[in-house]
Amino acid sequence: MATLVEVKNLKKYFKTPRGYLHAVDDISFKIEQGTTLGVVGESGCGKSTLGRTVIRLLDRTSGEIYFEGKDISDVKGAQLKALREDMQMIFQDPFSSLNPRMSVSQLIAEPLLIYKKCANKEELNNQIAKLMDTVGLALRLADDYPHELDGGRRQRIGVARALALSPKFIVCDEPVSALDVSIQAQIINLMQDLQEEHGLTYMFITHDMSVVRHVSDDILVMYLGSMVEFADSEEMFQRQLHPYTQALLAAVPIPIIVANKERILIKGEITSPINLGNECRFAKRCPFVKEKCLHEIPPLLEAVPGHFVACHYVKEINHL
Amino acid sequence: MQDVILEIKDLTIYYETDKETVKAVNGINLIINKGETLGLVGETGAGKTTTALGILRLVPDPPGKIISGEIWYKGENLLTKTEDEMRKIRGHEISMIFQDPMTALNPVLTVGEQISEAILLHQDISKKDAMIKTMEMMELVGIEGIRHSEYPHQFSGGMKQRIVIAIALACDPSLLLADEPTTALDVTIQAQVIDLIQNLKKKMNMSMLLITHDLGVVAEICDKVAIIYGGQIVEFGDLEQIFNHTKHPYTIGLFGSIPNFKKKSHRLKPINGLMPDPANLPDGCTFADRCPNVTEHCRSGMIETIEVEPGHFVKCINLLESGDR
Amino acid sequence: MAEKIEKTNIESIKVAKHSQLRDIIHRFAKNKAAVLGFVIIVIFVICALFPAQIAGTGYKVQDLKNRYQPSSSEHILGTDELGRDMFTRIVWGSRTSLSIGMLAILMACVLGVTIGTIAGYYGNTVDNILMRIIDVLMAVPNVLLGISIVAALGNSTNVLVLAIGLGSMPAFARVTRSAVIMVRDMEYIEAARATGASDARIMWKYILPNSLAPIIVQVSMGLATSILTISGLSFIGLGVPAPTPEWGSMLSSGRAVIRDYPHIILYPGIAIMLSVFAFNLFGDGLRDALDPRLKS
Repeated sequence: MATLVEVKNLKKYFKTPRGYLHAVDDISFKIEQGTTLGVVGESGCGKSTLGRTVIRLLDRTSGEIYFEGKDISDVKGAQLKALREDMQMIFQDPFSSLNPRMSVSQLIAEPLLIYKKCANKEELNNQIAKLMDTVGLALRLADDYPHELDGGRRQRIGVARALALSPKFIVCDEPVSALDVSIQAQIINLMQDLQEEHGLTYMFITHDMSVVRHVSDDILVMYLGSMVEFADSEEMFQRQLHPYTQALLAAVPIPIIVANKERILIKGEITSPINLGNECRFAKRCPFVKEKCLHEIPPLLEAVPGHFVACHYVKEINHL
Repeated sequence: MQDVILEIKDLTIYYETDKETVKAVNGINLIINKGETLGLVGETGAGKTTTALGILRLVPDPPGKIISGEIWYKGENLLTKTEDEMRKIRGHEISMIFQDPMTALNPVLTVGEQISEAILLHQDISKKDAMIKTMEMMELVGIEGIRHSEYPHQFSGGMKQRIVIAIALACDPSLLLADEPTTALDVTIQAQVIDLIQNLKKKMNMSMLLITHDLGVVAEICDKVAIIYGGQIVEFGDLEQIFNHTKHPYTIGLFGSIPNFKKKSHRLKPINGLMPDPANLPDGCTFADRCPNVTEHCRSGMIETIEVEPGHFVKCINLLESGDR
Repeated sequence: MAEKIEKTNIESIKVAKHSQLRDIIHRFAKNKAAVLGFVIIVIFVICALFPAQIAGTGYKVQDLKNRYQPSSSEHILGTDELGRDMFTRIVWGSRTSLSIGMLAILMACVLGVTIGTIAGYYGNTVDNILMRIIDVLMAVPNVLLGISIVAALGNSTNVLVLAIGLGSMPAFARVTRSAVIMVRDMEYIEAARATGASDARIMWKYILPNSLAPIIVQVSMGLATSILTISGLSFIGLGVPAPTPEWGSMLSSGRAVIRDYPHIILYPGIAIMLSVFAFNLFGDGLRDALDPRLKS
């Protein structure tokens, strides 16, 4: 399978009055065509910034981004616009990501109009109708405005808009987090169907562990801008090797009655992402922290075939 | 026979605007026993928050109106109390914590002042004593007492929620209403806060109404569960009954919508359609349009509540043997 | 799936457009004070559009034998210092005030909104430079600005429009800029960029339509201020040249005889007051009605 997206040592720092905010700190991965990479982490881990940087909504600070083998890290202008046809995004908040002054059909028409995909009005209307049908939006809603519709329908508009240009790669930034559980399931099914039908490649960003397991082929765990663990999703859920991932999974409330749930509570709160030095980002909260962790950033190494972890003591902690 | 601390009978609350009447809560019945945690589970618009506000008589009026029903707390009907009497109950006997810790705290007062305020409102003690109690509460929820002079913006989301909990528990309430207290928090922080709530509940021998949409949280801390849909309780029972002997099609649908954490399933089984508009509820069963087992009898008349096993109630006239999981 | 689409009724896309406008009008109509303001404005606009039909054309006709006459059957509001019919002059005066005001506000709006949008959207240096220019303009009081421009370029309607337009522009620029700043960080702007939209398209189709409410309100408020400024300038003789009827100049000519013939000042004064009052009420009502985030 061909690699569609490749990211090497990507960094995105923001300049703040207090110093540099390490939003994305040296991340590398590959996404094979037709697969889904799940990116998980809690708020402040940088996953949303990562998604936006990969599709060039934000400019990177350093590192490289490859799409279909070509370096797209610096493209601008017309080249960037052309690139956008292949890389799209679905946003988290189905309300704030839709222009409140545009109707459903106008919102879906936008990408088609910007790229002049339709020769005339009739063709445009046909395309819109087709897209609405694809995502399960009743045609009679075409002239409705976002605020008249519920979250699930609004998110379908977002999906239709992302599909309009027949992209190859879609970054989904928490696409179902703002929806009710029963609607979440509908949208997840829709996205999976579309992936099969159109051969789409997804980068699925979420904080919801159950969802990520369900949709992803591979999973990348982030903490404070860094990659802490990477493996395919089955492997990741069978065993987690990084202390943060272990705690993360243990913290998820499961809808099954368990007698005495084993809880790994990590102490404290997420620390500041500003002006980080040479230390493991998780050191301050890690139950296994040692001296080395405070002075050296752990490299991402293959602890077990196909399973990458950034931890100095991964072997000792997991008795490998 | 357990001690009942809260009993809601046939509570009906509407929001009346000049355009339409929103039937938020339609004749619900709930019982919470002393020391118990009841999970009120439902999706957006089901009426859970309105119910909680109704208990404390905080439903905004206009446009909200409590149409009928009784709310019995420690032997007294809260709906017959005066506003003054209710004020003495709020924060003291019954406390409430809300979903969004970011907006629940006053940004221009220190956290210490906010906790003390809650104490001073209900107890006749000096400011100094109130401050001592404040610092105790802060330690109780896991925050250093000396931080009492700091402002809300200096705390993270999880800590803000702890402060909100401190304020709610400062006067030793017998009943805590928690409206999605962990929804806005990160998973690892959520775990901390859930842990905290459980410990405090045991320590202070409190009863709790936990409103949530997350069945995982319910499994962790609730004793009994009530599923609410379209302003009505469609299923009620203890954990074992709801999770392992699910009967109502909506509840079954809810469980089917959640990706299974333990094993990867190929496709989720979502519930078709959407929750009906509470301003336009259909006749008969509110779930009829989305129910896979619907029959013509479901679409008219009152749907009775059946006790399928001791303590397990289901509002469905069409119970098939499809519930066991 | 293609055949299904063909059979699908494409016209259904054009099905009844749900009117947001209808909701706004409904909300506005509930506000009695705003409706009153609207009615008064309509009356003045009718006077401005059809002054001849309402009051004849005799605003210049002097009748020196009948100067300073109080209200009578022949002259409903009496006559002024040159025997001219007050009612006619007030009705024609509305055309003067409203036409100058509207042209001035149009100019202020177009210029101000453009500057405000660019400043708000790009931020940083562009914002700084543009806003400092606006600040300078704002620092000069409207009437003073008007005086300087008229003194430099002479007394004519066009100059007045320029003077008042320039004076009103900063308010539009600032109001627009604030609205734009609020909108530009919204996710749908980011979504538009992700779809490949250019800056210009984003500003025109996404930002402006969502920033309209405060601008519309500012138009109404700006008109109120313009009327006052025009009258103020005319009062000191730097406004519309005689004999064009204008409320401010009518006030001015009544200054000397205010004790003996108060009606000379009273009626134009009431006209000014009513029109400003009406625009303010209307503007407030618009502001409330346009707020779409009112959650029921």
